Amino acid sequence: MVKADWTIYEEDYWAITSVLKELLKNSNSQSVLLIDKTGQMIGSVGLEPDFDLMSFASLCAADFEANSQLARLIGETDFSTLYHQGADESMYLARIASNIILVVLFNKRTTLGLVRLRVKKAVEGLDTILNRLFEKLEYENEDLKEFDEEFTQELTKEIDALFSD
Amino acid sequence: MSLINYSSREINCKIVYYGAGLCGKTTNIQYVFNKVAPETKGKLITLATEMDRTLFFDFLPLELGTVKGFKTRFHLYTVPGQVYYDASRKLILRGVDGIVFVADSQNSRFDANIESLYNLHENLEDYKLTVQDLPFVIQYNKRDMPDIISLEDLEQELNPEGYPNIEAVATTGVGVFDTLKIVAKGILQRLSKN
Repeated sequence: MVKADWTIYEEDYWAITSVLKELLKNSNSQSVLLIDKTGQMIGSVGLEPDFDLMSFASLCAADFEANSQLARLIGETDFSTLYHQGADESMYLARIASNIILVVLFNKRTTLGLVRLRVKKAVEGLDTILNRLFEKLEYENEDLKEFDEEFTQELTKEIDALFSD
Repeated sequence: MSLINYSSREINCKIVYYGAGLCGKTTNIQYVFNKVAPETKGKLITLATEMDRTLFFDFLPLELGTVKGFKTRFHLYTVPGQVYYDASRKLILRGVDGIVFVADSQNSRFDANIESLYNLHENLEDYKLTVQDLPFVIQYNKRDMPDIISLEDLEQELNPEGYPNIEAVATTGVGVFDTLKIVAKGILQRLSKN
């Protein structure tokens, strides 16, 4: 059996995706991504960016963490949102449920004000879903029966095959 | 922090390479990047200074084949080794699933290894973790250098608990995959433990 530190189940994923899709539409943005604070991608909607999403997620998490530390240095507890403005493309990041980061990529088809407004509403919706998910995980203790001994053995073979000179 | 996403059918795990400045953490990751099949790796991200010293971290995502419909990814990170980048090191340890401690075998770096290992324990403590909670491997790197400490002495000082250890020459790849295999399998075992 496999135990993860945290797990996203199908129904929660769809609930999350529906909020992300609504945000994408209402804010007129290009893409919306959800990333956990360790840099792992949870989900994304909108235009598939033509860059490496894994690297992007890892850098966003690092960006957010570095800024949180800066916040503490100046006496704030956190910066709950960040904004990076480019000539064409911009991004807006917001913290949700303490461990999750929402990232909106947008261009001149929309404005920062609209994105900020729509993100605020989406954060409320996502907060509820994620808090429910975390509560559920506490009770269910992430007991995932579909991963058995065979699964572990197969993955071990994959490790041996990939990590060889 | 391992994350299982049932909908995208992915399992993600984070491995951190820790160690003193210039011990060879980035060299390890670069070797892996150069050797693994192109379809299994993502982009190697390096946040370094002009002097090629890691400023924030290096990052390399690796993807194992799909097993039972699930894709497993290992995210490899290095920390900056220099003493004054401690805040960055602490951030990178967040959510770690397995740790490789790269020790520099050279006599002149003996104290730097001890200091870095002590720093790792301190930073893990902030996340309420110890190395016993995680798959942990010590890699004795630079075994090809002239003035090196014996394995016995290194073990006595850095690894009295007897964690798995590997002798390595990261520049030529000796021991690099063996180290990664131990920590990756350790994570898998920990995931499977009921």
